[in-house]
Amino acid sequence: MGVIGESLRFSQSPMMMIVAAILVLAFLYVGMRPAAVVPGRLQAAAEICYDFIHNMAVDTIGPEGRAFFPFVFTLFFFILAGNYLGLLPFSFAFTSHIAVTLALALMVFCLSIIVSLKVQGARFFAHFMPAGAPKALAPLLIPIEILSFLSRPVSLSIRLFANMVAGHVMFDMFAAFTIMLAGLGFFGDIIAVGPVVINIALMALELLVGALQAYVFAILTCIYLREAVAH
Amino acid sequence: MDKDTDPSGESFDRRLKAARERIEPRAAAQRPAGGGMSDLGLVLRAGTELVSALVVGVAMGWGLDHWLHARPWFLILFSLLGGVAGVLNVWRLVRPEAMNAEANGPDNGSGRI
Repeated sequence: MGVIGESLRFSQSPMMMIVAAILVLAFLYVGMRPAAVVPGRLQAAAEICYDFIHNMAVDTIGPEGRAFFPFVFTLFFFILAGNYLGLLPFSFAFTSHIAVTLALALMVFCLSIIVSLKVQGARFFAHFMPAGAPKALAPLLIPIEILSFLSRPVSLSIRLFANMVAGHVMFDMFAAFTIMLAGLGFFGDIIAVGPVVINIALMALELLVGALQAYVFAILTCIYLREAVAH
Repeated sequence: MDKDTDPSGESFDRRLKAARERIEPRAAAQRPAGGGMSDLGLVLRAGTELVSALVVGVAMGWGLDHWLHARPWFLILFSLLGGVAGVLNVWRLVRPEAMNAEANGPDNGSGRI
């Protein structure tokens, strides 16, 4: 971001986050502005997005899911926009940094704990001892259950981060192959087309992975919240 | 549809449902499972579930060692526990639906998408 960015400690990552947030808001605002009974293309797209997340939240969490719908919606489209913005040339995928994904995952984790404690109270802690297990095994089972519970934000964040990093490393590698092959002379020039074709195919794969990872993040958020609101 | 003179609405609904299933049989079959992307999501989840519990176990063991100056012991213990927890996570993810109903873990048997 140059001298100004350096003095403000403002890097590409927060800039792309702001761009992602503005894009999502603009999409919804511009899409829904006509508010027509028979929607146009953009409005239909915005309504489909709304319905998709709304159904996901209500189907997974249950009737209480309506309260968490804005949170899940924001999370899904922020991650989706981040993943897709990262695919543009000269752009930056902020979801490929573990700091960002871990912050998002910890936010989900803390929210689910707070909701659990509020809904279930002290019974929340009873979940750490599987019902029906022998009491003698408690010293072994409780640490395992706690570790399994604590691994949630880690798996949530590592999955998104690792998928985005792996995709971008593959782009980088095949692009580097093209440059290396182009240095080999005439035949190298011909073979160098290969990695470019592979990169185009990878771009399609990354479009799938970007949507899928945002979906998995959102659905896991819903699953954790369902457990939190379950009585 | 202009020939539809059947007075009972139920019959029309049934035929509409049948027609919809004929047009997109895949979507109808997948709807109870929670959407088309869920199977692919399940595959992508399994690996990280296994690793992340181990990461948490090792980190906790390392931290406890550092704090209590018991150098190797907590690391050894919590690596094992973390590995067990990772296998448990994967089991919760892939176990059959029938066993989910009676399960009583902290996730209440709903680790599956």
